[in-house]
Amino acid sequence: MADIAAPQSSIQGDIRAGLRDVSPVLGAIVPFAAVFGTVATEKGLSMAEVLLASATIYAGASQFVMIELMGQEVPIWSIVLAVFAVNFRHVLYSASIGRHMGAFGTGQKILAFHMLVDPQFAASEARAQKQGLRPAYYFAYAFALYFVWLGANTLGIFFGALIENPDAWGFDFLLPLYFLGLVMGFKGRSQFWLILIVSAAAAIVVHRTLGSPWHITLGGGVGMLVAAVLSKPKEDQDHE
Amino acid sequence: MNETIVIILLCAMATYLTRAGGHLIMLQFGKVHHRVEAALSAVPVAILTALVAPSAFSGGLPGVVAMLVTGLICLRGSLLIAVAAGVATLLALRAMGM
Repeated sequence: MADIAAPQSSIQGDIRAGLRDVSPVLGAIVPFAAVFGTVATEKGLSMAEVLLASATIYAGASQFVMIELMGQEVPIWSIVLAVFAVNFRHVLYSASIGRHMGAFGTGQKILAFHMLVDPQFAASEARAQKQGLRPAYYFAYAFALYFVWLGANTLGIFFGALIENPDAWGFDFLLPLYFLGLVMGFKGRSQFWLILIVSAAAAIVVHRTLGSPWHITLGGGVGMLVAAVLSKPKEDQDHE
Repeated sequence: MNETIVIILLCAMATYLTRAGGHLIMLQFGKVHHRVEAALSAVPVAILTALVAPSAFSGGLPGVVAMLVTGLICLRGSLLIAVAAGVATLLALRAMGM
């Protein structure tokens, strides 16, 4: 994030920046998306169903949960509830990033929220803090991620065992490292270190006790609570 | 429509509800309290940290060291270099059998 030149407001500049910022993520999601294609096909989904799931749900972890539960004899409502629980963190993403979508029209917002995946949120918050968030940046990042996700699903459907051991290449840590890097980009925010340490500690405790996905919302919730408690009223709180 | 497609579409609706819902709830309030504002400003750090914290310790020592390397480089340098250095550290430590 250090290679940002003069404030760049052109649409082309936004698109270039979006594609540049999304590029490391694309490499990380290919094996993950391919595995989804493979697993879902093995569980009996047709190619059309796999792509429908990825195109309409577009939330990796929860799609694995759905596939897993489909294989068990559980009622439909419990599958939908599990997916809702895994995706609950998006409520917070949406509330937070919505404040920076002043440049978006209603139709753009409707589409933008469909594509609000974890890296999209992290990169958009970082962009909003520095140059301001505009649709061209958001959708360049979003569409690149979306179509690579669908394309890699398709690869996984056809070439199931193509990537035998993604961990051997460090793919298993690529996304955690990327998210960590983006988190460090917010070090200027109020109470950064305290929120970071408290959230990490709470998430690890919840992960070991209640298990996934509760560590995300509950662990992060503790960090948000600390931020709220320590907040002091100020005159112009709209300016970041 | 078969059951699989019904499940997929219901899961898609539940997911979209979470992604649009937070913003729709915020629209109901005009000016939000400064504590709510502070909590929302903490979302990127708090939730993303919570998301990755358990995985930092899932890969043993190489994972922890790789996270430290990326985190430290990010304080000064670019994101791409930091992530690349983290992955390189991870692979090097794994190759050494740690």
